[in-house]
Amino acid sequence: MQERPASERVRDFQEVPLGFTPEQALAEAKRCIQCKKPLCVKGCPVEIDIPAFIKLVAEGKFADAAQKIKETNGLPAICGRVCPQEEQCELECILGIKGEPIAIGTLERFVADWERENRESKIENRESKIGGKRVAVVGSGPAGLTCAGDLARLGYQVTLFESLHVTGGVLTYGIPEFRLPKAVVNLEVEYVKSLGVEVKTDMLIGNVHTVQDLLKDHQAVFIGSGAGLPKFMKIPGENLDGVYSANEYLFRINMMKAWQFPDQLTPVKVGKRVAVVGGGNVAMDAARVSLRLGAEEVVILYRRTQDEMPARKEEIGRAIEEGIIFKILTLPLKYEADDKGWVKTALCQQMKLGEPDSSGRRRPVPVEGKMFNIAVDTVVVAIGNSPNPLIPHRTPELKTEKWGGVIITPEGETSIKGVYAGGDIVRGAATVISAMGDGKLAAKSIHKIISA
Amino acid sequence: MPKILKKEKLNDNVSRIVVGAPHIAAAARPGNFIVVIPKENAERIPLTIADADTAKGTISIIFQIVGATTKVLDSLKEGDELAHLLGPLGVPSHIKNYGTCVIIGGGVGIAEIYPVVKALKAAGNKVITIIGARCKDLLIYAEELGAQSSELRITTDDGSCGRKGFVSDELKDIIASGEKVDYVMAVGPVPMMKVVCDVTREHKIKTMVSLNPIMLDATGMCGVCRVTVGGKTRFACVEGPEFDGHEVDFYGLSDRLKPYKDMEKVAHDHVCKMLQGTSD
Ligand SMILES: Cc1cc2nc3c(=O)[nH]c(=O)nc-3n(C[C@H](O)[C@H](O)[C@H](O)COP(=O)(O)OP(=O)(O)OC[C@H]3O[C@@H](n4cnc5c(N)ncnc54)[C@H](O)[C@@H]3O)c2cc1C
Ligand code: FES
Repeated sequence: MQERPASERVRDFQEVPLGFTPEQALAEAKRCIQCKKPLCVKGCPVEIDIPAFIKLVAEGKFADAAQKIKETNGLPAICGRVCPQEEQCELECILGIKGEPIAIGTLERFVADWERENRESKIENRESKIGGKRVAVVGSGPAGLTCAGDLARLGYQVTLFESLHVTGGVLTYGIPEFRLPKAVVNLEVEYVKSLGVEVKTDMLIGNVHTVQDLLKDHQAVFIGSGAGLPKFMKIPGENLDGVYSANEYLFRINMMKAWQFPDQLTPVKVGKRVAVVGGGNVAMDAARVSLRLGAEEVVILYRRTQDEMPARKEEIGRAIEEGIIFKILTLPLKYEADDKGWVKTALCQQMKLGEPDSSGRRRPVPVEGKMFNIAVDTVVVAIGNSPNPLIPHRTPELKTEKWGGVIITPEGETSIKGVYAGGDIVRGAATVISAMGDGKLAAKSIHKIISA
Repeated sequence: MPKILKKEKLNDNVSRIVVGAPHIAAAARPGNFIVVIPKENAERIPLTIADADTAKGTISIIFQIVGATTKVLDSLKEGDELAHLLGPLGVPSHIKNYGTCVIIGGGVGIAEIYPVVKALKAAGNKVITIIGARCKDLLIYAEELGAQSSELRITTDDGSCGRKGFVSDELKDIIASGEKVDYVMAVGPVPMMKVVCDVTREHKIKTMVSLNPIMLDATGMCGVCRVTVGGKTRFACVEGPEFDGHEVDFYGLSDRLKPYKDMEKVAHDHVCKMLQGTSD
């Protein structure tokens, strides 16, 4: 797939990969050998019938291919862009053993984009056999959107509550425009609305209505409130001006469009020398956003090595191409301020890899006595997010793990009867596709219980 | 979208609006706040719910015009709609019968204590209210608070109304007079809250303060509102805004209020230009 050159793209927020042309898509689809027992499907958390949709692409039946994907995945334009296919479907592709696996993600994106551009606005046929059964869905990220969409298609009256003023969850406030255009997200939300889902923004569940309140006038509740609680390292200087959580930084930029200040009134201060702490997708996004907002030098500080970074390989590659500096085996110990209280240096500890830990990754250990300063004027802490504690706090009956994840049964039900949960609120910060899978499962379970 | 039903100027810089928002009015408790985005391009700003009327389904908000977004908010008229309104937010004040309470408001903080004074009085407390401002013209809500309090005391920096001096002077006098004070709450500028806490610490009087750090989402997702309380980092939007004043790191709090001052000026000028452009 073609990409815009790094020198051009670092100056704007437009999308980086260009996607397939119809000719390219046809050619790629024809490479698929249509395995009898397709392994790629097993690699997909929502088990899209991959060979079937690729076959339709190869035959030029793009609309049918889109329909095929939508049987199991309501948000293909999003998944085609942000799923870690290299660890899922494409990892399993037989062609990958000897050469390049089929570019399943790029084909998915192509089909979804094609369908979007050529979509006929047809009203979905949702004849209600359910008869006025109401379900409340909390959170409009991929988990909530999927659960709401699936239930609406089954004929339920679904109300989706979102605390922020815009829908989409991380898809809107976290993942930047150049990786996932907001127009794509909006269209998917519009699609879910077209199925009859009533979307109520500016509604913080737990405060304005409790979960128990919702149970009074709904047959079931789904909680998809995400992992929005930013982690800090609890090191000295972390509260200095110029030190942001990745959530704050990305929220200002993506959600509040601070890059268009002052036409948009929310400010953000991106310095000349930005340090981003962490090695996941969030860290890559924060780093690449900084470049686009005029930072001269952006370094990623990561305590292990590039091999252990949890970010998608593709995005790590793009970050390097764009000129992000990777300072691996580096752990910040403390931040110091200038005389105005603004962050000025990061004191860092040199690390090395030691014995493997419980996760199988080699544990980073300090190299005795090796410390150094890095000059910075902006620090973005991107070391992870925990499940959003607000609903558990306000819902004492809701059982959670010690680390905050809401506990569910294999059917997706929580410790409260009729209340289901899924996505990052259950798993901790995970992936878009796993959140969607959870939303689907909960919709299925809710339908089974209610229609029984 | 929530509509502005009523708007009045309390003084040159402070306005009060009454907004139709039945779901917020029904759930609001004293000490709760809202986030408002007056127009789509504006910031998310937190403002205390100064009063809630469940029967009418309305809430009142009192705000000082300090920056670009409050300027935009103030440009809206009766009948206009707010782009977004979210609430109630935060943990409500702990209302119970403490005995004698001294509730202190400074500047626009005066409006914020109104629902607390009302509720504490209803809970059977003797409520002595102290309000202070730079001068008489900046005093707001004196009448309303007078009606709700057991006693109302006023201070101004220039002596143009009530006692010449600070709210903390009045507090010291009350304590010195032998009045047994069981509970103090202070809302206002950071230096004022700090001084009040210094006074009450000596006398070991439980003191709550309502903090006003910068906020963004105000739902616990960004951490910009973090304050150090008792050595621990707390998110004021979901764990506060009220905290035990004797444990708050006020220096850290005032440092974290500064970072955008220069940009706020740019935004403010930009808004003034836009508003001029749109008015006839
Ligand atoms: C910067 C960034 C980059 C990422 N990149 C990728 C990637 O490339 N690929 C990938 O697969 N994954 C990626 N992820 C992870 C992925 O986005 C998440 O796993 C996924 O969005 C989780 O979906 P969710 O629906 O569970 O929660 P979210 O998307 O977090 O949505 C939760 C929603 O619930 C709302 N909410 C919370 N509390 C309440 C309440 N009390 N009442 C009402 N509403 C509430 C929130 O405002 C939010 O809108 C990334 C995450 C981030 C932060
Ligand atoms: S304002 Fe974002 S966490 Fe409090």
